[in-house]
Amino acid sequence: MKPVPEPTGRLSVSMSVNGRSIELVVDARRLLADVLREDLGLTGTHIGCEQGVCGACTVLVEGRPVRSCIMLGVQADGCEVTTVEGVTPRDGLSPMQQAFKDHHGLQCGFCTPGFLVTLAGVTPQEYPDEQSIRELLSGNVCRCTGYEGILEAVMAAWGRDR
Amino acid sequence: MKPPPFEYARPESLDEALRILSEYDGEARVLAGGQSLIPLLNFRLARPQVLVDIALVRELRQLVVELGVLRIGASVTQHTVEHSSEAARWCPLLTKALPLVGHLQNRVRGTVVGSIAHADPAAEMPAVALALDATMVARSATGVREIPAQRFFLGPFTTALKHDEILAEVRFPTSRKTRAAVTEVAPRSGDFAIAGVAGKLVTTRTGKVRDVALALFGVGGSPQRLREVEVRLAGERITGDLLDQVAAVASHTARADSEDVHADAAYRAHVSGELVRRAVGEMAR
Repeated sequence: MKPVPEPTGRLSVSMSVNGRSIELVVDARRLLADVLREDLGLTGTHIGCEQGVCGACTVLVEGRPVRSCIMLGVQADGCEVTTVEGVTPRDGLSPMQQAFKDHHGLQCGFCTPGFLVTLAGVTPQEYPDEQSIRELLSGNVCRCTGYEGILEAVMAAWGRDR
Repeated sequence: MKPPPFEYARPESLDEALRILSEYDGEARVLAGGQSLIPLLNFRLARPQVLVDIALVRELRQLVVELGVLRIGASVTQHTVEHSSEAARWCPLLTKALPLVGHLQNRVRGTVVGSIAHADPAAEMPAVALALDATMVARSATGVREIPAQRFFLGPFTTALKHDEILAEVRFPTSRKTRAAVTEVAPRSGDFAIAGVAGKLVTTRTGKVRDVALALFGVGGSPQRLREVEVRLAGERITGDLLDQVAAVASHTARADSEDVHADAAYRAHVSGELVRRAVGEMAR
């Protein structure tokens, strides 16, 4: 992160996105979600509520899940950012993506990137039981599945019995 | 919506940050984790001319226990404090309350001090600060003020902070013998509480209450201490009968004036009693 000693409306930002170094000039008001979608064309990050509630815009910043609709692009200066494109293998699906497919973890798919990125930013050890997984998933809203399929997918991908 | 236009600065020192705040005279806002401020910008409920991002200010990053006090700087995230073994050992109420603050994705960016400065009536952190008699350290270009939690929260989203001040640090008194509990009623995990109580309890070797503090949140416009309940518990051994009595006192004395689609004030007052029963019961076990 570079210091910005005097207030300015437009800044140059450098970050690593899915392992690629990016430099761009953005308005201070530009949300990280819009930087990713509009400026970088990474449209897998979805914008649902745009107020930090639904979790569809979840991306990893420095390896941890955050809501990119309530983070400014300029706040990601100097950071490592990972989107759903970055957690998807070049060919086929990741084990978690496959588990979502196998266990009806999605229907319309709008919320799915947020769930997948949240799950990519945690370790199974941090969530030892079903209740703690439910708590984790509570930060992402899904209106199709009723969550049971998603929970089953996570349990399966993490090798848990249900 | 998207935020309205503003200018942005990311100074390296507290002095620089304070200079910008004083220069813009009420038109500048401090940006820490942004988990409350950026939604307000998206809603256009806040239209500051300048945001002063404190991410690079070294003086605001401390998380230390010193002389019996846990000092948390303005840019320390909730996630960091939640997983701090120092905080768990010396200030268990914080560790218990933090998992209830928003969701993981909010806590990774949101700060403990920012939540206190924002003073949402339904938020956990202000009530924790009030229950623990924390001290707010406010800095401005002209000096430092130490404000006790009891005089800090003035109303919904309103604190004793002045426009040119940063809540630089919150100091939580520590104790290893303290038990702690947070109970709340919320529509779903991670939602703002309809009503909640944060408490601490110290008992003597014979099981009598030596020190107790209880603070309600979500019930009125600010977090509130339940002084009558605390007085009723002092020196007593906690029994089922006593829990019934203090639950009634809590429901009766809670200043419930928050009403929304989830619950009216009468429900909030009633449930305050039940939450106090659970919190005190849990701490007495």
